Amino acid sequence: MTTRAPEVMRAVKSEPGRHRPKGRLSHSLDMKASPYAYVAPFFLLFCAFGLFPLIYTAWVSLHEWTLTSDEHTFIGLDNFSTLFGDDYFWNATFNTLSIGIISTVPQLVLAIWLAHLLNRPLKAQTFFRITMLVPNVTSVVAVVVIFSQLFGRDYGVINWVIGLVGVEPIAWHEGTASSHVAISVMIMWRWTGYNALIFLAAMQAVPKELYEAATIDGASSFKQLRKITIPMIKPTIIFVVIVSTIGAMQIMAEPLLFGQTSGGGVASGGPDRQFQTLSLYVYEVGFTSFDFGYASAASWVMFLFVLIAAGINYLLTRRMGGALK
Amino acid sequence: MASPYSTARRAVAASLLVLGLAACGGGTTGTSTGTGSTADPAKPAEKITLTIGLFGDFGFKPLYEEFKKTHPNVEIVERVTQFNDHHNNLIKRLATNAGAADVEAVEVGYISTFTSQPAKFHNLKEFGLDKRQADYLEWKWAQGVSKDGSTIMGLGTDVGGLAMCYRKDLFEKAGLPTNRDEVAALWPTWEQYIETGKKFSAANVAGAKFVDSPGEIFRAMVNQAPTGLYDANDTIIVDSNPDVKKAWDLSNAISQNNLSAKLAAFSPPWNTGFAKGSFATIICPAWMTGFIQEQAKDATGKWDIATVPGGSGNSGGSHLMLPKMGKHPKEAAELIDFLTSKENQAKVFKEEGTFPSIPALYDDPSIQSFTKPFFGDAPIGKIYSDAAKALKPQHLGPKEADVRTAIGNGLGRVEQGKQSPDESWAQVLEDVKKIK
Repeated sequence: MTTRAPEVMRAVKSEPGRHRPKGRLSHSLDMKASPYAYVAPFFLLFCAFGLFPLIYTAWVSLHEWTLTSDEHTFIGLDNFSTLFGDDYFWNATFNTLSIGIISTVPQLVLAIWLAHLLNRPLKAQTFFRITMLVPNVTSVVAVVVIFSQLFGRDYGVINWVIGLVGVEPIAWHEGTASSHVAISVMIMWRWTGYNALIFLAAMQAVPKELYEAATIDGASSFKQLRKITIPMIKPTIIFVVIVSTIGAMQIMAEPLLFGQTSGGGVASGGPDRQFQTLSLYVYEVGFTSFDFGYASAASWVMFLFVLIAAGINYLLTRRMGGALK
Repeated sequence: MASPYSTARRAVAASLLVLGLAACGGGTTGTSTGTGSTADPAKPAEKITLTIGLFGDFGFKPLYEEFKKTHPNVEIVERVTQFNDHHNNLIKRLATNAGAADVEAVEVGYISTFTSQPAKFHNLKEFGLDKRQADYLEWKWAQGVSKDGSTIMGLGTDVGGLAMCYRKDLFEKAGLPTNRDEVAALWPTWEQYIETGKKFSAANVAGAKFVDSPGEIFRAMVNQAPTGLYDANDTIIVDSNPDVKKAWDLSNAISQNNLSAKLAAFSPPWNTGFAKGSFATIICPAWMTGFIQEQAKDATGKWDIATVPGGSGNSGGSHLMLPKMGKHPKEAAELIDFLTSKENQAKVFKEEGTFPSIPALYDDPSIQSFTKPFFGDAPIGKIYSDAAKALKPQHLGPKEADVRTAIGNGLGRVEQGKQSPDESWAQVLEDVKKIK
C-alpha cells in the first residue's frame, strides 16, 4: 500500500483524465476506504439508535418536557434533584438490586454446575445442549404468562404443591420478597441454560491434561471444578457476570407482565410498587404519564447505576479464584 | 481490471433488459385495464382499507359486512389492544402525528384527554354528522364535543348504566334470597350491600367471596355522585369531595371485612374467577354482561341481574373519533355514522350487551322486552333502560384515568394489607398532586 501511494498521487496530478490510472486510484481508494465502509453500517446504526438517543436524552432531561405540550422549558438539573428525593425512584432501585441479586447469583452458580455436568462424555450430548437453549428462545411474554399462572394465588401449581406439605398458599404477587422470588425464577428459567452454554464453550478449551493429572492425583470432580475449571474460564465468567448484571439492571418485561395479575396501575409493579424495577419506573413516568424530561433524567441515572454495578462486579470477579496463575 | 467492469456492465444491461420486459408486461396489462375503466363509468371507486382502533370486542364485526354492501370498495381492519395501552398509544400517536387508526374508539375515562385537542381530530360537522345530535342522550353527545363547543369530535357508542350481577347458586348456598327483586331489596344503599356481604361471608361458602375486588365498585360509587374526581373547571377535587372519601371508606370496608376475592379486574386470575365462581357479586355496567357471558361460558342460568345500590349511575361507555391523520376521512366518517346508528346500537346491544346511547331505543318494545337466557331470562333491556333513563351525567376531567389509577393503587395497598386506609389515603393524595 505505502509503496503505491505516491504513484497514485502522481497519477492524479499528471493524468487525471486517463482511464488506467483512474482505475488504480479507485483500487487504492477501495483498499483504504472499504474497511471503513464495511463497518460503517453498524456505526451509522449505532449513532442513529444508540449514541443519538443517549445524547438527546441528556438534553431532554434538562427540560420540563411532556409529550402533550410543545413547550419545552429549560430547567437545568431540577429533574435530577427531584429524582434524588423521589421515594418511588429509590424503591425501584432497591427492587432492581434485589431482583438482580436473587436472579443472577443462583443463576450463574447453576449455570457453571450444569456446564460442568455437560462437559464430560455423555450420550446424546447435542440433545442436552440444545435443550438448555430452549427456554431462551421462547418469548418472554409466553414465559411470564405461564409463570404468572404457576405462581397464581388461588389456582397456581406452586401453591398446590406446597399445599401438599401443609404450607398455606402464598400470594406471590403481593409480598415484596415473594414477588421478587417469582420474577427471579422467570429470569433464571430463561437465562441459566444460555449462560451454561457459554461456560461450556469455555470449559472445552481447558486442556484435558490438567484434569488427567488432577485425577491421577486423586482430586474429586468438585475439587477439579473449583481448582481447575473456574480459574481457567475466569475471563468468560467475568464476561457473563457483566452481561448478566447489565441485563438484571434492565429488567422490565417480567415485572410489567407479572403486574397484570396484581391490580394497580399498568406499570406500577403492584399497588405498593413492590416489584417495580427502574426500567419499569422509567416506562411509567415516560409512557403512561408522558413526562419525558423526568423519565430521561431517571434513564440517565439508571445508566450510571448500570456502569457502577458492572464495574463493581468486574472488580469482584477479577479478584476471585486467582489461584491458578 | 477490465473484465470485472464489463461483467458488471453486462449484468446491468441484462437486468435493464429484464426490467424493460417487465415494464412492457406491466404496460400491456395496464392498458387493458385502463381501457376497461374508461369504458365503464360505473366502475367502483379505488379500493381502500379503513382501520378501526378498539380496546376489546365491540361486537362490530357483523356490521362491517353490512357496511361493505353500501361501500364495496372498503376493507375494514380492526386493531384491538388492551384498554390502557390503547389509550396511551393513541396519545402518543396524536403527539407524533403518526400511526393512529382511521377511526379510534375512546372510553369516557379518557374522552376529555382527547376533546381538549380538537386540532388533532376532524370536526364531524364537516361530514354532516351534526344531524345526529337529536338522536343522542344530551350528556353523551356533550362528552364528544370539544370544550369550547366548536368541534364535534366523537359520536357515542354505548353507555354503561349500572346494575349488580350476582350468582344465584352462591346466594342460595349462603341462605340469601335469589329472586332479583328480593335481592335488590337487600341493598338499597352501599352500606346495606356491605351488610349483605357480611351475611354471605358468615355462611362460609367454600371457595367464594362476596365481591371480586373493590376497585370497580369504587368507580361506580364515585360515578353515582353529582361530582366525581374533577369539578366543572377541570380541577382535581379528590381531597375535598366528600363523596369520593365516602366511596373510598366503603370500598376499604369491603377489603377489611374480608369480602373481597382480591382479583384485580381484567387480570387473568379474575377471568379464571368467573369460571370457578370465586365471587358472588360484581358491579355490572351494561358492557359487563357481555364480558361475564364470555368468561363464564358454563355458567348459563347461574348469573342474574339486580339493581345497583345507591341509585343509578354510569360507568364506562365509549365514543368513536376521527383523527386527522387518516387518509380517508369521508369513508371513515360514514363508518362512524353507520356503527353508531340507532339500528346498529340496538343490534350490538342484543349481541354484546353494550347499551345504546340513543334514548329513542329505551322505550322500543324490542329493547324493553329483551331478555337473555344466560342471565336466567333477566329483563336486561328493561333493567338497563331504566338505569340509563335515570342517569345524571357527571363531568369528567382530562386526567381521569391517571387519578383513578392512583386511587386504584391505594385501594390495592389496603386490600393486600400493606397499609392502613389512612396511610394509603395520604399516599393517594400525594400521588394525585403529582398528576400534571
